[in-house]
Amino acid sequence: MPEPKRIKVSDSAGVTVVTFADSKIIDEEEIQELGQELYDLVERENHRKFVLNFSHVEFLSSAALGKLISFEKKVSTHDGELILTNIRPEIYEVFAITKLTKLFQIKDDEADALAVL
Amino acid sequence: MTHHNWSHTIQRSLPSRRNAHLESMKEILAKLTQLGWSDRELFGVQMALEESLTNAIRHGNKLDESKRVIMECKVSSERFWLRVEDEGPGFIPADVPDCTKEHNLEACGGRGLMLIRAYMTSVEYNDTGNRVTMEKIRGDESGELVDVST
Repeated sequence: MPEPKRIKVSDSAGVTVVTFADSKIIDEEEIQELGQELYDLVERENHRKFVLNFSHVEFLSSAALGKLISFEKKVSTHDGELILTNIRPEIYEVFAITKLTKLFQIKDDEADALAVL
Repeated sequence: MTHHNWSHTIQRSLPSRRNAHLESMKEILAKLTQLGWSDRELFGVQMALEESLTNAIRHGNKLDESKRVIMECKVSSERFWLRVEDEGPGFIPADVPDCTKEHNLEACGGRGLMLIRAYMTSVEYNDTGNRVTMEKIRGDESGELVDVST
């Protein structure tokens, strides 16, 4: 597998922890790459439990939200689990406005997420 | 638009290709920073710019490079005003599915419109639906607080 460009991946006791390389997730080609790199973790590398750590993310567009929704769907279809963490207030507000706080499981930080996965 | 003492007017005719709006968006945000807008306020303005310009390029003009997106933006220390027009057939905003409904959460593509409404003080479409005009007045309550309990 080539090294992913849009995400950094690590393992914590069997849980795949993903951080984002970009602080502003806007560029459409980068969003496509981001989606593909996330899907590959499920489909090619058979990861099932995920923490997406948003600590680096300062801005994201609705196109990026769409990708995250597709990723959540993919993880669910493969009986996996996904938790989002470390979301700063501005970004949390975007999830709240679009009611995606109902779709995604969100925890304050990685430790909280790892405790329930 | 009521009379207002604008500090800058930025007009651009953008080609309908991916990311064509990024440079203009940066320019507008830089002007607002100079005018004293906070990072928190700029977040909402950037969302409105990103979503309205991307909608026009991608959904309005369908990435057809023979079509242009006309952007006019006025800024001051108190207000941000934006008009975006594309050459597409337009759409009826009321017909876009409500993305906050449980059954639309995963499928809906109207999230961008919802974000624009949340962060701007006013948003209006022309009858054809190919031109959107929006304004943010600093200090208004729209988009500042979201009740996440509902």
